[in-house]
Amino acid sequence: MRYLKFLLVGILFGIILSKGEVISWYRIYEMFKFQSFHMFGVIGSTVAIGIFLMILFKKGIIKTYWNDTIRVAPKRKGISRNLLGGTIFGLGWALAGACPGPMFILLGRGSIAIGIVILGALIGAFSYHSVKSKLPH
Amino acid sequence: MEFLFQPWPWYITGPLIALILFLLYYLGKSFGVSSNLETLCALGGAGNFLEYFKFDWKKNSWNLVFLVGAVLGGFISYQWLTPNEAIALSAATIQDLSTLGFENIGTSFLPDEIFSIDSLLTVKGFFILLIAGFLVGFGARYAGGCTSGHAIVGLSNLEFPSLISVIGFFIGGVFMTWIILPILF
Repeated sequence: MRYLKFLLVGILFGIILSKGEVISWYRIYEMFKFQSFHMFGVIGSTVAIGIFLMILFKKGIIKTYWNDTIRVAPKRKGISRNLLGGTIFGLGWALAGACPGPMFILLGRGSIAIGIVILGALIGAFSYHSVKSKLPH
Repeated sequence: MEFLFQPWPWYITGPLIALILFLLYYLGKSFGVSSNLETLCALGGAGNFLEYFKFDWKKNSWNLVFLVGAVLGGFISYQWLTPNEAIALSAATIQDLSTLGFENIGTSFLPDEIFSIDSLLTVKGFFILLIAGFLVGFGARYAGGCTSGHAIVGLSNLEFPSLISVIGFFIGGVFMTWIILPILF
C-alpha cells in the first residue's frame, strides 16, 4: 500500500506525456530540427516552474508530507562525463525519438518495437558500468 | 471532458510535468527515470556479472512502481483518451520527412519506417532500435541522468553539470537528426 502513491504519480506521468505528445518520435525530430516551439515550450515551462519549486524547497517553505526538509542531490561534476555522456544520450534520443520515461509509456501503448529499444537501453546501462573505469569522467 | 480527448498544448503539459516533480519530492523521493535502468539490471541478476549491480535494488522499488505506473498511464491514454493520434507537425517537418521517404507523417505517434513489425523484422530495422536504445542507456548512465534528471531537475536546480549534459543532448541529437538520419533513410 505504501507504494500505491508512486503508482498513481506514475500513471499521471504517463498520461501527461502521452497527451502532450512528448512520447512521439515526430515531436523529438521536430525539436532537433528547431521547427516547432512545442517541445521547447514543454521543457522550458517545466524548468521555469521547477526553478521556483527548488527555491521553495531550499528555503524550507515547501517540505515533504512528513514535514522533512527537501534536499535535492547535486549532480556529479566533470566536463567529460557530462558532455560525452550527454552527446551519446542525444544521439540515441534523436534516433529512438524517446528518452527513458517515454520508452516505458510507449510500451503501455503496446509497441513491440519499443521493447527492443528498452532492451538496448538495459544493455547500454550495463555496458557503461562494464567499461566506465576506462572512460574519461 | 472534451479537453481530455484533445492533444494538450505545451503550456498545459509543461506545468503538469512540474507537478510530477513536486509530487515526487513532496513524497520524499526524487525525479530521475534513467536510474531505473540500473535497478532493472540489478533485478535481472546483473550482480552476478558486475560487482556494481550487487546493490540492494529494493531501496529503489518505489521508482520501479512509478515506472509501472507510467506504463499503465500510457495504456490508459491509448485506450481511452486518444481518439485520434494525429499530430499537428510544422509544415517544414513534414516536408523534411517526406524528402527522407517517410509516409503517413504524423498520423500516429510513431513512424512505421522505424517502429512497424515489418521494420523490426529486418536486420537494419532491428539494429536501429537496439542501437538507439543502447545509446540512450549508455549515455544516460555515463552522464548521470536523462531528460528528467538533468534537463528538468538539474536545470531547475541551476546545476552546471546538467547544463553541460543538456548541451551534449543537443550536440548528439542535432548530429543524429541532421547528418545520420538522412544517411539511414
